[in-house]
Amino acid sequence: MAFALTPDREKQVDEILTRYPERRAALLPMLWLCQRQHGWISPEVIEYVAERLGLSTAAVKGVVTFYTMFFDEPVGENIIWVCRTLSCDLRGGKVIQEHLEQKLGCSAGQTSSDGKFTLLKAECLAACGQAPMVQINDRYYENLDVELLDRIIEAHLTKGAEAAAEEFATHATFRGPRKGASSAPPPPSKEAVRVASQPPPSARSSKGDES
Amino acid sequence: MTRFFEPLLTSRYGIHESWKLANAEKAGAYRVAREALTARKPAELKEEVKKANLRGRGGAGFPAGVKWGFLNPQEGDQVYLVINADESEPGTFKDRSIMDLDPHRLLEGAIISCFAIDAHVAYIYVRGELAFSAARLEAAIAEAKQAGYLGQRPFGIEHPIDIHVHLGAGAYICGEETALLNSLEGRRGEPRLKPPFPAVKGVFGMPTIVNNVESIASVPDIIEMGGDAWASLSRLPGDGGVRIYGVSGHVKNPGLYEAPVGITMRELIEDYAGGMLRDRPLKAVIPGGSSTPLLDPRRKVHAPNPDHPLHQWDGMSEIDVPMGVDTYRALGTMLGTCCAIVMDDTVSMVEACRNLMRFYKHESCGQCTPCREGCGWLVDVLDNLCAGRGKHEDVDLLVNIANNMMGNTICAFADGTAMPMLGMVQKFREEFMDAALNGIPDSVRHDESVRSLVEVQA
Repeated sequence: MAFALTPDREKQVDEILTRYPERRAALLPMLWLCQRQHGWISPEVIEYVAERLGLSTAAVKGVVTFYTMFFDEPVGENIIWVCRTLSCDLRGGKVIQEHLEQKLGCSAGQTSSDGKFTLLKAECLAACGQAPMVQINDRYYENLDVELLDRIIEAHLTKGAEAAAEEFATHATFRGPRKGASSAPPPPSKEAVRVASQPPPSARSSKGDES
Repeated sequence: MTRFFEPLLTSRYGIHESWKLANAEKAGAYRVAREALTARKPAELKEEVKKANLRGRGGAGFPAGVKWGFLNPQEGDQVYLVINADESEPGTFKDRSIMDLDPHRLLEGAIISCFAIDAHVAYIYVRGELAFSAARLEAAIAEAKQAGYLGQRPFGIEHPIDIHVHLGAGAYICGEETALLNSLEGRRGEPRLKPPFPAVKGVFGMPTIVNNVESIASVPDIIEMGGDAWASLSRLPGDGGVRIYGVSGHVKNPGLYEAPVGITMRELIEDYAGGMLRDRPLKAVIPGGSSTPLLDPRRKVHAPNPDHPLHQWDGMSEIDVPMGVDTYRALGTMLGTCCAIVMDDTVSMVEACRNLMRFYKHESCGQCTPCREGCGWLVDVLDNLCAGRGKHEDVDLLVNIANNMMGNTICAFADGTAMPMLGMVQKFREEFMDAALNGIPDSVRHDESVRSLVEVQA
């Protein structure tokens, strides 16, 4: 079955092409658009992209297979990446992965039988100070413990990915002392300014942007 | 020493919805860019950055002003600024905070830098996982364009500037600047041979400056204060300003802290991060991302010669040496990204080493044989050691493999793998020897399939 981007996304491709002096540079952005629409990069997607950018399918496939985040086979509705590099492992990354494996009934690298989740191991996701963490689809979920993780997974099942992200996803946080914040404790040392940290357990259910 | 440090880079982090233009601007955003573009000359701005002794914040610590000085565009060349936001060095998580919490500081720095180096287009290469941060940046760019700070006539001057976000797709190697350029061009992220260096022939064959997010985000402060004044915020000569320190692992308060360049690792752990988790003893600390050889608090600096750059700290613990690009190089390690991974005495160094080498095996681009094969081989040997299948000779084999990776490849990835490997064996050799004889206990292993262990506990 031939693949084509929606007219809206096609317009985006036209805009993306204006950003670069060479057409080929639009390859990664275009693959992202395709994967967002189709879920994975199928052989048909590769043909479509190659045609659109005037590249050989081999060139496109070479790029697709190089990058971890492009899927060359179908995946579940939600993708869970568990960070297992050192900083996360020091604070329980292993427990997080094992808990997910049990909960979803599949091992890392597999999709749950209901097709809702694909569980993948990730290398460092650059959120080391908020370890352990997982990435689900495009969003980060940090300072996890097993109980919070359960609530996040439930929210994905009952309310959908967007609502779950709205409730639980985090961005880089600011929770430390700052000027003018009288309730904040004094800085930990003379010159210290704390800018992001692990929230206390009581604050874990709230969103990351509340300080 | 007792002064309260006024945050610079992170000064707007605490503002409500700090990522929105109106809020950031109320707190001073774009004031410096307006002044720089309308009242200053590019050469002056370049000079300030040079005087600031801004050492690249991406890991290598190369002076940013000197890098800018390598530009020598020929007739018909178009200069590009590329901002490296492919933050993926294990342990490092500082750039994400800038993109999430103060994207306008990065844009302001990019605008000033574009003007200074005569670039009209800047690309911000954001790692694919940080799609949310990339979206924040895109929104900030749209706001800045709307306000007339970007586009055909930024601040009303005849110097068009466009900034585009380019999303990667999950490849650590794309943080290497020439791999990043290949990725930006729509190719596999395989590093290029140097020379030519990017400043001569970079993206799309044009002169290109590649700088880290934090480096560019520092530019507005440098221009506002003046290079000399900014440089003098540091406690060390030749390594200027303030920077964002990260701490992760076994500390009470992991997170990001802004401080002057040159605080010590001990200060970072004890004063800033609140000390060790559960007050356990510190065993080792990886100072600036996984590619930097670790520090062992038991080891003393040996620099009896007065000419030695570390003579001042002779006889003190490694973690009492100020954190600077040059001091750490003299110590036999690297400052890297300045984001430390702290490990207490429960950690098996062999297991920690295996964890990191697994990372490198996964992330090697496979272009050069010593790296592609070496990384996998190191993991195989470490797997054997951890499982109790090792031999004494394996420890020397690790050293031998690492030594044969160093310097034999196109980019510094293999060195970044071999250096921490060698450092670990050098400083914790007994532990590796012990593992070779006895393996390591299950309780400290991070194996993937230990589901049964958890079931037993439950």
